[in-house]
Amino acid sequence: MSTVSLVNERRSIREQIAIYALPIALVALIVFFSLSSSAFLTVRNIVNIFRQVSIVGICAMGMTFVILTGGIDLSVGSVLGVSVVTCASLMVAGLSPILAILISLVAGVVIGFLVGVFVNEVGIPPLITTLGFMTALRGVAFRITNGLPVYDFPDSFAVIGQGYVGVIPVPVIIMMVVVVVCVVVLNRTKFGRHVYGLGGNEEATRLSGVDVKRTKYTIYMLEGLLAALAGVVLLSRVNSGQPAAGQGYEMDIITGVVLGGVSISGGSGRIGGVVVGVLLMGVLTNGMILMNVDEYSQWMVKGLVLVAAVSLDTIASRRGATA
Amino acid sequence: MSTILELRNITKNYPGVIALSNVSVEFAAGEVHAICGENGAGKSTLIKIITGAIRPSAGQIRYDGSAVSHNDPVASKDAGIACIYQEFNLIPYLTVTENVFFGRELTRRGILDRTEMRRQTQTVIEQLGVAIDPDARVRDLTVGFQQIVEIAKAVTHRAKVLLMDEPSAPLTNAELHHLFRIVRELKAQGVTVLYISHRLEEVFELADRVTVLRDGCHVGTRAIDEMDRQELIAMMVGRELGSDYPSRKNPPGDVALRVTNLESEKLHGISLEVRRNEILGIAGLVGAGRTETARAIFGADSVRSISVELHGKPVTISSPREAIDHGIGLIPEDRKQHGILALLSVRENISFSSLGQFVRGLFIDRQHEKDKAMAMREQLRIKTPNLRVLVSTLSGGNQQKVVLSRTLLNESDVLIFDEPTRGIDVGAKQEIYSLMNDLADSGKAVIMISSEMPELIGMSDRIMVLSEGYCTGELTRDEFTQESILELASAGDQS
Repeated sequence: MSTVSLVNERRSIREQIAIYALPIALVALIVFFSLSSSAFLTVRNIVNIFRQVSIVGICAMGMTFVILTGGIDLSVGSVLGVSVVTCASLMVAGLSPILAILISLVAGVVIGFLVGVFVNEVGIPPLITTLGFMTALRGVAFRITNGLPVYDFPDSFAVIGQGYVGVIPVPVIIMMVVVVVCVVVLNRTKFGRHVYGLGGNEEATRLSGVDVKRTKYTIYMLEGLLAALAGVVLLSRVNSGQPAAGQGYEMDIITGVVLGGVSISGGSGRIGGVVVGVLLMGVLTNGMILMNVDEYSQWMVKGLVLVAAVSLDTIASRRGATA
Repeated sequence: MSTILELRNITKNYPGVIALSNVSVEFAAGEVHAICGENGAGKSTLIKIITGAIRPSAGQIRYDGSAVSHNDPVASKDAGIACIYQEFNLIPYLTVTENVFFGRELTRRGILDRTEMRRQTQTVIEQLGVAIDPDARVRDLTVGFQQIVEIAKAVTHRAKVLLMDEPSAPLTNAELHHLFRIVRELKAQGVTVLYISHRLEEVFELADRVTVLRDGCHVGTRAIDEMDRQELIAMMVGRELGSDYPSRKNPPGDVALRVTNLESEKLHGISLEVRRNEILGIAGLVGAGRTETARAIFGADSVRSISVELHGKPVTISSPREAIDHGIGLIPEDRKQHGILALLSVRENISFSSLGQFVRGLFIDRQHEKDKAMAMREQLRIKTPNLRVLVSTLSGGNQQKVVLSRTLLNESDVLIFDEPTRGIDVGAKQEIYSLMNDLADSGKAVIMISSEMPELIGMSDRIMVLSEGYCTGELTRDEFTQESILELASAGDQS
């Protein structure tokens, strides 16, 4: 069986776009920036890009699960912020880094559980639930530190965000581990199969005996955990607990996931595509900075990329429906 | 009487199905014309063609003396063909007046002319002889009054032909009388009413003429005072029973499932039992509560009360998972919405509700999964190029087999089939029948819900008939006739 026919049988049009068009767009972007800036195509900068995308990449893995079930999580950046200040404050208060990290991760999971309560038990759409959580949790992050940055951590903590294994930064390794775990969970476990089923047809999934609520709790808890983990990595990298950390990240994360071919209405998409989508966003940001594009224009570009990605998704699924 | 609307040789094909075949009917101005037929006879298709919601594959529609060329819903509405669907087209938060004029608001110099719209609404409501406040919000009205708002909307916009699809279904008895009076009033005003109903009493009460459809064909159009109830039923069902239902070897055994005292919003004291090796048929019209019964047993919807015994032991079932764990399987009615997982492959669909079997450690053993799916494909003769294709690429019959194999992998011993052959072609139907027979013969207890009388009669050992949420009777094999079933199914709320 050749690969081509496999692709045709199994993958939807939008996945095919993700598989073929996205890498081409990425390469085109790289060529463009290489020609525009001599600083772009250097080992140092490439390592830098990977390190920069690792935070967004870790969150995007969780977001992939959420969007696959037809949900969305706008609170991801705020969860990250809460994790940053929680971990920072605990270490400043004298807790060991390990304990501080664990508590932050647990906090992320608890927040995810709470989102699950509102989505499952109260029945509020995830968009609205997490919109509320986004603002409330940002408030929590500022409250914890009274709006001030927190710093002065044990030296050992710096390894997570600043360390290297060979030439590879530790954050990139963490992201790769998360990617591999998510690929395996999504493709090889019962839970992963249920996630796909849920996004495609919730009622049929329920009638097949799947505990739909439990599955949703799990994905929001997973997203909380990964956002908190990303917060820890970010804290270690910048070495300062900023309550504003992660603000606006939901934009890059969701764009990366949708660019990567995950249908915004749920049920189809692959982790591999998301990795490329996130990389593309990283290259775009990095390249624009090197070309001295001002921040306001960067926002314009990123916003348009998200709309373009969703348009592609929508057009592709309409074609798919009529074909 | 002059003809207002005429259908000439209307045919509508869907892939693999002929929904309407060469139907020709003339509707006279100012008559009440009933359209009757069993579920799936083609009534809905006919309505949709008249309103322009779908286009016929062949044939011509003539309205008011000329052929309708560009038939679409807006044009036909403007021309005076209105339809009141079972689901009302009203906006709950707007007032009666606002609804009546919705989309055709009267204006004076660009500003809404509320006074005039209110006046016209008031006039029409008075003509219809009911007391509805034109300023009331539609959501505050009863269903019966909401329906009258729909009628008022049609009348205000000078409908010449009004289609009513099962208008009596949601109404109470008092509301029904209002409706009858209004229909007669419309007739007196020269409006043609096409009255679609499965309640035969209403047809005899209201209609001047009746057109009967069966399997997409026009059986006949007759004046109502030339016929009686028995004749009408005979026209509706009148086909010979196919002898193509395989016979079974084993007589019914012990009671496998007993349900008593099932009460919900729509179901009133339903009780049933089904034995091993037995097929229990459940008959009833649309809305009789058959699917609700199946879903309640399966734990898919919450109900006020239900007692379930499996093999003599009482059990509680509050979710589909628990039903599956207790050995109950449901093959749902709506294959697209509730059955298949369209974005997953055939293999993934087959294994979806029994993944637990295939998990080794943390991961799904894909080889094992594939082997089982392959075995199911062989056993049920699922026609698919391979197991990796998306299930949505298969034909209806093969999708149904995929859904069935998902249930079979759970090793259920009570199987509930809800309309198992809807929308699948004849050959595949035969295969589904023999699979169901094999299952019953192998000791399973089978419940079969169906709107197709011949298959119910051909397959069932017993038939239970539901009507409006009540059980109106149970028939044994020697009592099976389409007439007896239809009689019980349209018995109304006599309980």
